[in-house]
Amino acid sequence: MPPRLPEIPEAEPSASARRDPKLPPTSSHRNAFMKRQVPGIVLLAAILAVLPILPQPLQIPEYWVTLLNYIGLYALVALGLVLLTGIGGMTSFGQAAFVGIGAYATAYLSTQYGISPWLGLIAGVLLTALLALCLGAVTMRLSGHFLPLGTIAWGLSLYFLFGNMDWLGKYDGINGIPVLNLLGWHLESGRSIYYLIWAFVLLAVASVQNLLASRPGRAIRALKGGGLMAEAFGVDTAWLRVVIFIYAAVLAAVSGFLYAHLQRSVNPTPFGLNHGIEYLFMAVVGGVSQVWGALLGAALLTLLQDWLQNVLPKLLGENGNFEIIVYGILLVLLLQYARDGVWSYLARWWPTRPPAAVAPAPALPQRRRPQTGETVLQVERVRKTFGGLVAVNDVSFTVQAGEIIGLIGPNGAGKSTTFNLVSGVLKAGGGTVSLCGERIEHLNARAIARRGMGRTFQHVRLLPGMSVLENVALGAHLRGRAGVWRSVLKLNRQEEAQLMAEAARQLERVGLGAHLHEEAGSLALGQQRILEIARALCADPLLLLLDEPAAGLRYLEKQQLAALLKQLKAEGMSVLLVEHDMDFVMNLTDRLVVMEFGTKIAEGLPDAVRQDPAVLEAYLGGVDDELVVDAGEPA
Amino acid sequence: MDLSIAAILLQDGITSGAIYALLALALVLVFSVTRVILIPQGEFVSYGALTLAALQTQKLPGTCWLLVVLGVACLVAESARILRHASSRRRAWRTLPVLAGRFVLLPVALLGVTQALVQHGTVLPLAAQVMLALLIVAPMGPMVYRLAFEPLAEASTLLLLIVSVGVHFVLVGLGLVMFGAEGSRTTAFSDATLTLGSVSISGQSLWVIASSVVLIAALYVYFDRTLSGKALRATAVNRLGARLVGIGTAQAGRLAFLLAAALGAWCGMLVAPLTTIYYDSGFLMGLKGFVGAIIGGLGSYPIAAAGALLVGLLESYASFWASAYKEVIVFTLIIPVLLWRSLANPALDEGEA
Repeated sequence: MPPRLPEIPEAEPSASARRDPKLPPTSSHRNAFMKRQVPGIVLLAAILAVLPILPQPLQIPEYWVTLLNYIGLYALVALGLVLLTGIGGMTSFGQAAFVGIGAYATAYLSTQYGISPWLGLIAGVLLTALLALCLGAVTMRLSGHFLPLGTIAWGLSLYFLFGNMDWLGKYDGINGIPVLNLLGWHLESGRSIYYLIWAFVLLAVASVQNLLASRPGRAIRALKGGGLMAEAFGVDTAWLRVVIFIYAAVLAAVSGFLYAHLQRSVNPTPFGLNHGIEYLFMAVVGGVSQVWGALLGAALLTLLQDWLQNVLPKLLGENGNFEIIVYGILLVLLLQYARDGVWSYLARWWPTRPPAAVAPAPALPQRRRPQTGETVLQVERVRKTFGGLVAVNDVSFTVQAGEIIGLIGPNGAGKSTTFNLVSGVLKAGGGTVSLCGERIEHLNARAIARRGMGRTFQHVRLLPGMSVLENVALGAHLRGRAGVWRSVLKLNRQEEAQLMAEAARQLERVGLGAHLHEEAGSLALGQQRILEIARALCADPLLLLLDEPAAGLRYLEKQQLAALLKQLKAEGMSVLLVEHDMDFVMNLTDRLVVMEFGTKIAEGLPDAVRQDPAVLEAYLGGVDDELVVDAGEPA
Repeated sequence: MDLSIAAILLQDGITSGAIYALLALALVLVFSVTRVILIPQGEFVSYGALTLAALQTQKLPGTCWLLVVLGVACLVAESARILRHASSRRRAWRTLPVLAGRFVLLPVALLGVTQALVQHGTVLPLAAQVMLALLIVAPMGPMVYRLAFEPLAEASTLLLLIVSVGVHFVLVGLGLVMFGAEGSRTTAFSDATLTLGSVSISGQSLWVIASSVVLIAALYVYFDRTLSGKALRATAVNRLGARLVGIGTAQAGRLAFLLAAALGAWCGMLVAPLTTIYYDSGFLMGLKGFVGAIIGGLGSYPIAAAGALLVGLLESYASFWASAYKEVIVFTLIIPVLLWRSLANPALDEGEA
């Protein structure tokens, strides 16, 4: 006989009692004592605003204004790359080409047709967005390295196009671009356009920060892990990739527009591949996953370049392009020894703002729940073959509302494949899957999530750098509606509060209420698995799919998990779990489905299944002694 | 366009296509063994061509010095690694001299020999010049791998790609320092011409095509029939698995880079008589090899070779009709290719977790 789990108290212990006593007091305690700090962006704006207009001895010279102008221009492009590369996990070497499109659009329209530069800005942005949409739609679905290779290729193509088009002045470019005129101000001097450039930079920083702290932002941050998890919560990852690609391209085009009117002339050279690579280099130096890293990287590289251009020829002679060698070596060393960039070192001394307490907000609407006894999931004769191997052979079972069903079997039995067929990760070769009466076997994971299936993963898939609360809020993705525009403009406050309140509520429900603002990666594995359950609950699911939730857990953690699942069942949740650990499922589930070699060999109450000769045969090779039935294996 | 022009363009296209095919093979080889997308492949092409050109004009090629510098850097890096761990430190008195011999003595010997040849004005036969240039350039491959990529062997493809671009920057910059901004041509391998009807085929083109075919066949035999080739393929399929059965993945990476650098330098020496090579010419050639390799999904040797041939032909005909736009046309080809690949293989990838 298997060892029995100790009795589990009926009532769930309160959140405070469950909390690990070793952990520090929660941040919600500290919040009350923290003063509100000035956000970094306001501070930076104030410093930048006064620099050029201080009284004479303190005022920065023209040379520094010029440097600051270029830093601003580069920072805009690098900011897009932070969003694209550091946060979204994609890389472009071709951003300089987008800068070129922004610059050439305004240059051509304002010199040839005398159109206002501001219309040129709009034209450049639209053209860039359209091009990025086309390129993105083609390349964003491809795996990691095809996109950057593609960007190298079209970065070169656009450079050669600029250089060979008669109407764009070939390699000489376009001269005599008019001065920008803003509400009657002529922005002719570097000192006057300085304000415009940095206004754009700070607006861009604020927009990216707003975006990242929102519903689409959480989804963007989930792209980097490959997107499977995000898809399971209803995020359209392919489209989201295209969106941030366009966002980055538009930031580059704006930089190009400003560049054209600062220089008053354009030629193809600054839009070549080398500069595209330099932009990426700036983002990597500064810290490719932090918004402020873009500004820091642009500043460091611009100053370094300026210095190297003065120093290197004196040291090494004129014959050669030595900066490029120094750059390259620096880049390689940096990636070998300090992948997170310079900002991550500075950030340690930067005071962090305490996380805001979760404000109460009206609850999100919920789905109609099926009554106890209604069929939630019906799997009928599903079949999946990989080549000649029949991985799942006409398997049928049902899950009723308020039931916990365990799907068990030895290694290679086809449990995980069945799980993937139900959750839409794989497409069945035959048979039907219905969720609350609706056929779902032809739908993808995203559409199935929308219909009310929440899942966890065998190997925990969290965003380790994000807070527990934000990780869980990702689960409620489909219950919010705010898109990129509303998030950038901060028109999403009410919905955001609702999503956060819902996430906090689910975390309380599973007993992680004390860890809301900790980094998800700092939790123990058992807590991370429970966090995944909270995230799935956040989607307001009709059915919870758990993929080996007990794998790798310690004994006490398993007990806590079992207690949580019983609590959820008592609240009316339906659960399908795939598991290796027999002890765990025997005491928890209402019914068991046993698979071997892709075929269902038994189904029924746990005690009956345990006596079933076919099951004993499968697990123990036909030994009929009273051996312990234990297929528990380390994950 | 009449038939004879078409035939000339065809010949041009096949010749450059054969070069791109060799480069594409090297790229696929390096990518599949190390996951490095070898952007600096083109620099080996330039180095090979310009080293040969320097030898032919009785000048000491700067690559000799570069090889010594790279070797010393490798020795420093290896010594640091050996001395850091107690277990390897005990055997250091035996391993360090071997490493010093490999990384420093050999390059210094090459430098000495070349310098002596140049000073005495000895004119080597062409085959010996080519051998010497190969000996100078090819070892840079594994050295670059040791310095830039080996410490990052487990990093994501994306990170390796960024490093690869950094290495490209360094090598292009060094190319300008070593060879200057002027281009060079070398003497042809053969002056013979073959006349087929109205078309005459230059001996150099025949060399290019024949050596490409031979090398492609040799690579095929190597990967399919020899143990060392199979070990490389195993590394490509599964690094950890290969390591568990005793294949040194670091050695496999160095070997892949050695082959890539040698192939690159050989390509450079093949084209140098046909077209003037500058310090940065190799980059565009390497990228065209890439377009071919991407057609094969960076995984298939025969499709990559066929893709590279297609790129060569496209370039050749494009230069007749719209010569200013030939680069644009070749590099834009990648977009429909990527579209086709994304439609053929729409699965979400999970690799870069």
